[in-house]
Amino acid sequence: MASITEFNPSTPKRDAMIMTIFAVAVLTAPIWLTPIGANYPDLLQRFAIFGIFAIGFNILFGLTGYLSFGHAAFLGIGSYAAVWMFKLLTMNVLVALSFGILVTAVFALVIGFVCLRRSGIYFSILTLAFAQMSYNMAYSVLTPITNGETALILETADPRIIDRAILGDAKEALPSPSLFGLELTGYPAFYFCAVMLILAFWVSLKIFRSPFGLKLLAMKSNQNRMLYTGYNTKPYLLVAFVISGMYAGLAGSLMAVTDPLAGAERMQWTASGEVVLMTILGGAGTLIGPLLGAGIIKYFENIFSAVNRTQLGEVFGFLPEPVADALVSISSLFVGEGWHLTLGILFMLVVIFLPGGLMEGFSRLAQWWRRRRETSATVGDGAVQPSE
Amino acid sequence: MDSLLLQLLNGLDKGGAYALIALGLTLVFGTLGVVNFAHGALFMLGAFVAVSVNALLNTSKQIRDESITFFEAFIDQPYLEIWFGETGTTIIEWSAPIAIVVAVPVMLLVGLAMERGLIRFFYKRSHAEQILVTFGLAIVLGEIIKVIFGANPIPQSAPPVVAGAAPVGSWFGLSETLVYPWWRLIYLFCAFVIIGAVFAFLRFTTYGMVVRAGMADRETVGLLGIDIERRFTVVFGIAAVVAGLAGAMYTPIVPPDYHIGMNFLVLSFVVVVVGGMGSLPGAVAAGFLLGVIQSFASIGAVKEILPGIDQIIIYLIAVLILLTRPRGLLGRKGVMES
Repeated sequence: MASITEFNPSTPKRDAMIMTIFAVAVLTAPIWLTPIGANYPDLLQRFAIFGIFAIGFNILFGLTGYLSFGHAAFLGIGSYAAVWMFKLLTMNVLVALSFGILVTAVFALVIGFVCLRRSGIYFSILTLAFAQMSYNMAYSVLTPITNGETALILETADPRIIDRAILGDAKEALPSPSLFGLELTGYPAFYFCAVMLILAFWVSLKIFRSPFGLKLLAMKSNQNRMLYTGYNTKPYLLVAFVISGMYAGLAGSLMAVTDPLAGAERMQWTASGEVVLMTILGGAGTLIGPLLGAGIIKYFENIFSAVNRTQLGEVFGFLPEPVADALVSISSLFVGEGWHLTLGILFMLVVIFLPGGLMEGFSRLAQWWRRRRETSATVGDGAVQPSE
Repeated sequence: MDSLLLQLLNGLDKGGAYALIALGLTLVFGTLGVVNFAHGALFMLGAFVAVSVNALLNTSKQIRDESITFFEAFIDQPYLEIWFGETGTTIIEWSAPIAIVVAVPVMLLVGLAMERGLIRFFYKRSHAEQILVTFGLAIVLGEIIKVIFGANPIPQSAPPVVAGAAPVGSWFGLSETLVYPWWRLIYLFCAFVIIGAVFAFLRFTTYGMVVRAGMADRETVGLLGIDIERRFTVVFGIAAVVAGLAGAMYTPIVPPDYHIGMNFLVLSFVVVVVGGMGSLPGAVAAGFLLGVIQSFASIGAVKEILPGIDQIIIYLIAVLILLTRPRGLLGRKGVMES
């Protein structure tokens, strides 16, 4: 199992460099994502939001090894809380975000307190049970709060107490979420999400480097030994769970910011499964892996599901017709509607052959490269000797 | 009283499906030690065996409709009707029971292929990795079915003899108006038969005895010169058959779509945990128990006191059981108790 100390002997200077590179990469994403056709504000926002979600999930799963199958519940709760703030108080996103994170933290504290009394598969099933309960209740009893199947949406008749006190009743049209007057749609919304992502990544980096993060890692490798050395592991696990839930809450609130509605389908267990897929695909327990996984899944979801047979025909057009037809029919199974099939196969391959995710793949490649250079260097030395 | 009996039947019916899936899950966990998230997909595959059998029997030829003379009109007539006349029609109507018979060998093969092809490489890996890879497999199987059969539910019908409702009320001397669909009663009966067959196989055959010995102490059985792994492969096949039969029989009750397995999977995991990981009687008992509790919770009077309770009762029970008695209702002490 790859640990953080193994391939990352961290120094403050190095971390500052990582942060700088990361921030620059995220902020210039619209530029370097253009060639691969991913430069839409909508897609960029999703990259950032699911990146935050996956980074948060990784703090729990990657560091402690506790596999939660109910994280989507926090995503949904964050969304509902944020939309309620939009409806009741103000369209200012900072209020909505803080409230969303706060509410999810409370929920995560309660759910985590209960679920963390068990570990292993029981923990997974407990979190799954709580998520399913939230999902079912959002559709049935809690309809006054969640608006059931129609999803919670903004209306012109909403109170918006603060906005009305400041601006008066002037507006007839639906207002959109804003940051002190700056309307957050399109690229401004992406940059807002990007700043949040950078902050989220920075916090995650700090947690990975902190003694707290190391304790979590120690629990992952052997919790009994931690207990014997006198650590009460429960509070640490609970804190990790709550932080991870707050990340999900932040992601959920950001979803409400970019598209102000909240529906219960965000809480379904397949949504929890998705974040697990992202984290594993990229590499659980690594800093950048989950973000990579989220980006890849969202990218392929967007690109693959939009490809159709005609486009495939153009791609294979240079081949003789029967061959091209066969290739088109085969590959059309994996794009468009069938992109989940591609995702499932990719995911299985990763779990089977690369349990450490793509990041493990990269480090293996790097090792192989280094070894090859070393061997070629020694062979070079050997070749010199006989000539002497 | 009437509604109570009706809810009891409803609950037993639902419980039958839970029990069958949970039985297979527990069997796989108890023998191979694998947490199989793809078990719901086996249920779904069973249901789609029934759909394919029905489609196969209905393979039709376009023939001219003689009753319309103004223009060329065509109707589809199944080959079976062309070849056998009335008998052919009857065969098509009985496609659901035929599917149940066909499902046994098909699902056995699917199960064996799955175990040999994928699951066996995951015996030594952690439960989390087993969950992940089988979860991926479940997605893949679901999507393949979606590609072949489309995303919409495909309604199936029970044979006309048992399509109606059984006068359950008059059997028990209650009101005549109390009726219950025949097919659901048959489902319940078949569930009992299948469960009984699995238990009898494990209890009364030498093969089953070896399997039970392997569940208790795998290593010793292996040291006695028995190829326990091969037997466990067969057990996986049996689990697949049980799940597949549950799915094939369920098609006339709920039209299957590619997602049906996932919906049942979550619930049956809860059932397994409540019954106790690795305990077969526990899985069956918990399946029926939770089915009955769930349908009693959806009675109007109960819902008035605790609104929405029918939606969450199963999960609530699972949480309570896990917190107070983690080995489940009938679980052995020390099995997966941490």
